[in-house]
Amino acid sequence: MEYSYAFLILLLPFLSFLVLGLLGMKMKKQVAGLIGTIMLGSLFAMSVYTAYEYFFVIGRDAATGMYPTVTVFNFTWLKFTELLTFNIGFRLTPISVMMLIVITTVSFMVHIYSFGYMAERDEHYKFEEYEHGFQRFYAYLSLFTMSMLGLVVATNIFQMYMFWELVGVCSYLLIGFYYPKHAAVHASKKAFIVTRFADLFFLIGILFFSFYVGTFNYDLNANPELIGKLASVAKEYAWVLPTALFLMFIGGAGKSAMFPLHIWLPDAMEGPTPVSALIHAATMVVAGVYQVASLFPIWVEYAPEQLHWVAYIAAFTAFYAAAVACAQRDIKRGLAFSTISQIAYMLVALGVCYALDNHEGGLGYMASMFHLFTHAMFKALLFLCSGAIIVIIGSNFKEYMGGLHKYMPITNACFLIGCIAISGVWPFAGFFSKDEIVSACFEFSPFLGWFMTLVSGMTAFYMFRLYYVIFWGQSYYELDPENRKRPAEVPFVMWGPLVFLAVISIFAGWIPFGHFVSATGQSMEIGLQHFEFSSVAWFSLLAAAIGIGLATWMYLPKYNPVPDMLQKKMPRLHKAALNRFYIDDAWQFFTHKIVFNCFSKPIAWFDRHVIDGTFNFMAWGAQEAGETIRPWQSGDVRSYASWFLTGTIALTLILLCIFS
Amino acid sequence: MSILTLFVVIPVLMLVGLWLSKNDNQVRGVMVVGATALLGLSIWLTVTFIQMRNAGNTDLMLFTYSVPWFAPLNIAYSVGVDGISVVMILLSAVIVFTGTFASWQLEPMKKEYFLWFVLLSIGVFGFFISTDLFTMFMFYEVALIPMYLLIGVWGTGPKEYAAMKLTLMLMGGSALLVIGILGIYYFSGATTMNINEIAALHNIPVSVQKVFFPFIFIGFGVLGALFPFHTWSPDGHASAPTAVSMLHAGVLMKLGGYGCFRIAMYLLPEAAQELSWIFLILTTCSVVYGALSACVQTDLKYINAYSSVSHCGMVLFALCMMTQTAITGAVLQMLSHGLMTALFFACIGMIYHRAGTRDVRYLGGLMKVLPFLSVSYVVAGLANLGLPGFSGFVAEMTIFVGSFQNGDMFHRVCTIIACSSIVVTAVYILRVVGKILFQKVANPKFFELHDATWDERFAIGGLIFCVAGLGMFPLWANNIISDSVGPIINHILGTTVAAL
Repeated sequence: MEYSYAFLILLLPFLSFLVLGLLGMKMKKQVAGLIGTIMLGSLFAMSVYTAYEYFFVIGRDAATGMYPTVTVFNFTWLKFTELLTFNIGFRLTPISVMMLIVITTVSFMVHIYSFGYMAERDEHYKFEEYEHGFQRFYAYLSLFTMSMLGLVVATNIFQMYMFWELVGVCSYLLIGFYYPKHAAVHASKKAFIVTRFADLFFLIGILFFSFYVGTFNYDLNANPELIGKLASVAKEYAWVLPTALFLMFIGGAGKSAMFPLHIWLPDAMEGPTPVSALIHAATMVVAGVYQVASLFPIWVEYAPEQLHWVAYIAAFTAFYAAAVACAQRDIKRGLAFSTISQIAYMLVALGVCYALDNHEGGLGYMASMFHLFTHAMFKALLFLCSGAIIVIIGSNFKEYMGGLHKYMPITNACFLIGCIAISGVWPFAGFFSKDEIVSACFEFSPFLGWFMTLVSGMTAFYMFRLYYVIFWGQSYYELDPENRKRPAEVPFVMWGPLVFLAVISIFAGWIPFGHFVSATGQSMEIGLQHFEFSSVAWFSLLAAAIGIGLATWMYLPKYNPVPDMLQKKMPRLHKAALNRFYIDDAWQFFTHKIVFNCFSKPIAWFDRHVIDGTFNFMAWGAQEAGETIRPWQSGDVRSYASWFLTGTIALTLILLCIFS
Repeated sequence: MSILTLFVVIPVLMLVGLWLSKNDNQVRGVMVVGATALLGLSIWLTVTFIQMRNAGNTDLMLFTYSVPWFAPLNIAYSVGVDGISVVMILLSAVIVFTGTFASWQLEPMKKEYFLWFVLLSIGVFGFFISTDLFTMFMFYEVALIPMYLLIGVWGTGPKEYAAMKLTLMLMGGSALLVIGILGIYYFSGATTMNINEIAALHNIPVSVQKVFFPFIFIGFGVLGALFPFHTWSPDGHASAPTAVSMLHAGVLMKLGGYGCFRIAMYLLPEAAQELSWIFLILTTCSVVYGALSACVQTDLKYINAYSSVSHCGMVLFALCMMTQTAITGAVLQMLSHGLMTALFFACIGMIYHRAGTRDVRYLGGLMKVLPFLSVSYVVAGLANLGLPGFSGFVAEMTIFVGSFQNGDMFHRVCTIIACSSIVVTAVYILRVVGKILFQKVANPKFFELHDATWDERFAIGGLIFCVAGLGMFPLWANNIISDSVGPIINHILGTTVAAL
């Protein structure tokens, strides 16, 4: 059978996690790192081979003209009822194969890069606050890779949920990697709880879906009987599918950091930078997009209205995050907001779809997946570059950087490539995918189209702002060269992956993506790749040019009078943007003031005082009664005699009264 | 003679062995041999049970045996197991085994401590193997009494108060049980106390059932931490020594859920149907209330005790849902909660033993100084909040999916409210983990602490192995439980159809 090796794709990283987790501390650092990296290298090779087999060797189904859904294995893991079984399987579809490539590529690069990064980090941070745990880091990375792969190959929604939770906990462990640091612990807690809160809705959505549809399966190609079931459910209970799908989307919105559940992602930057590149830029945070894309045929058919809500939520998020990104001092947080904004692009693209047709209303599906792919590459690149800078500088803040182009030429070039790619400049990767998204938006509503064009201009602006303040402008080192450490280029293990990802970021746009992934499954052409520029493309190029030009004018010189002036002119706006428009504080208020103070504390008090008090009172009552009665047993014969006499007389009197 | 009797005979032999042993090492030897024998026997029982079922044996109970004990009252020593009891016996054996190692270095009076410990386990095993109402009740009482001494003598903090409170409340529950059991016995008109035979007779008038159902459900519910009869749990757990907390939360509280299902619901089916909504409200309260209370506690054991209230509430909650899947989930939850909580209490006890405090405000940075215990604590925490790969996920998901099968609005709202506890659980677990294990070492004294010794590692490792094992390969447990729940739930629900 084809793909018979597929179980290894899940098993290998799990084994490597067990080995590194249980025995890691007894190994040398290099050995542990090598085990993890070799394992991932083989996963990468297997994924590429799988993709090759899937797309080129086996290819399209002759009858339907689509790439077939291949279920490699699917075994019963847990049985709820006769109908509802919890299966764990391995399913190949065009998008899951694409995700395999994305995950293993980025993960492999991150594994290599981390050799240098974690070693440098250990070198520089010798004080007590930092935990070194090189082996632990690789163990977590293996576990994460396993979970993420399990998520994308899920054959049913419950399997997706299961691995969804697992990636959540890996993210928790990795954000809190430097656990002696208070901020890291706080951020990891926040990330887990916020996503968990969203997952609650995901779970309830699954419960609704499975109860009415009678299965956890969601893939219409692999389970043709599902089509009839869905139709009958939609007929009988019209509210079920839209509700269930939207609830599931809330789960996705939590993972993919949509407003107002985005608050965990910027804080998640407390984790080691390779982790930010892998989890919080390229793979885990797009799980929400992947979820909507997996259920896409059901969405379009049965909940088109709710699908457009997704688009509106995402469009607002894209704008909000871009606005906040313009004011961040911490370069990683700036990138985090950029990630939020870009993921929102992908969801907008899915949300504007209104039909399952490659050209009429279904363009967004392809565009979204395309952007997911290219974004994973250039955002991972940007994060890894920022990691290189942070390791050399020893800080996340832009004030300590500046003028680095002289000292870190390779990183400079790679970061610049990433910036150009994300800004959507021809012929880099971001241009093609983003333009397809904007075209899809224009097709749906011109307003949304212009809005997203505006956001893409903002993207160009904040990315180049970041680029200039890091690599140009006044150098922090040169202000006081005697006492400050001279920045230097990072070692090969670190810049190697950068160059690799940079090359992909340049050329990924030329992949004929529509041939592999599209709404109907049939092959489609991307016009831009044949130099058929529409007016949409010109406008978004113009927006990017304006954004870049503005950033260059404001931030390229050594001293930046314009931003300072703007900051002085509009202190409120700046402060609000810097503080992320106080959304975090609103949540903080909700959890601490409302949940803790209005529920938990009163309940705990009630338990200790009222309920426990009642039982203590009963015990006290029994004791008091005993104390009261005790003196009666005085042992004094005369008092007993008098009681006896009184009692007899009283009884006689009562009896007389009754019978007379 | 049934093989099941060995579950009582081995502990009795252990008692004799303990009584004869002269020093600590002999005590330990007797305990290890006995506990290993029990564990081996229970594994053998599970495997044989599965084989017999696979071979097509569909009897309600296997390994049955009955001998009259007190003929005038129809009391018999009758034993037998179905899938539910088999997993409970397995759980008890695991906890007794690991509890032995967790109390390896207990001082003072090791011998006396283990005597009571073994007596308690006699009660537990006896309860799970009995099929006779009276014998079952007797073993139940045997399991309760040693708790008073174990907490009162070897406990910490306000131990006399806690021991007294726990015993009195549980005894109050027992009083209700006696009334309920006698009621069932007399009104069924049976000439036997055998549960299955009474169920088969099925002739208790509905009006009478409705009187006695609350007695039994609350009577067992006290032990299963049913709101508002749960307040013994925080005090009791907080004062109990490590292994006793493990055994108590791990096994003893399961007697409650098991009894509610096996006696209250099975023998009083119509009442169960009609009155379950009251208990559904109470148990939904338990689930959410326990979780919310746990969020603001400062004592590690209190946090875990309230978490137990929430998780055991989930067991009773699922029972009240009355679908096969939900009840299977309830039994899985008993199993899973038993293992997880034992693990949790073991970790807490060992940390307390070293750091000298359980107050989260004075703890911090233990990961640096006690890596093994801290990692185990994180594992216990993650298992508790239902991470896939650990048993909690399997049990909770089965409960939620099963509860959702009960389609009316009221049940559904309760299910959704109960679901929300998964978020609150994450809040209180992560709050503690973040506070006591991570961040900077709170007290310079902590740098001198030593990590777990081999016996402690063995106990914790065994429990983690079980929690993860059940979490990764749940199908066998799910199958044997579900097969046994099936006939009983059909009995409970099927009867209404006949009455209509």
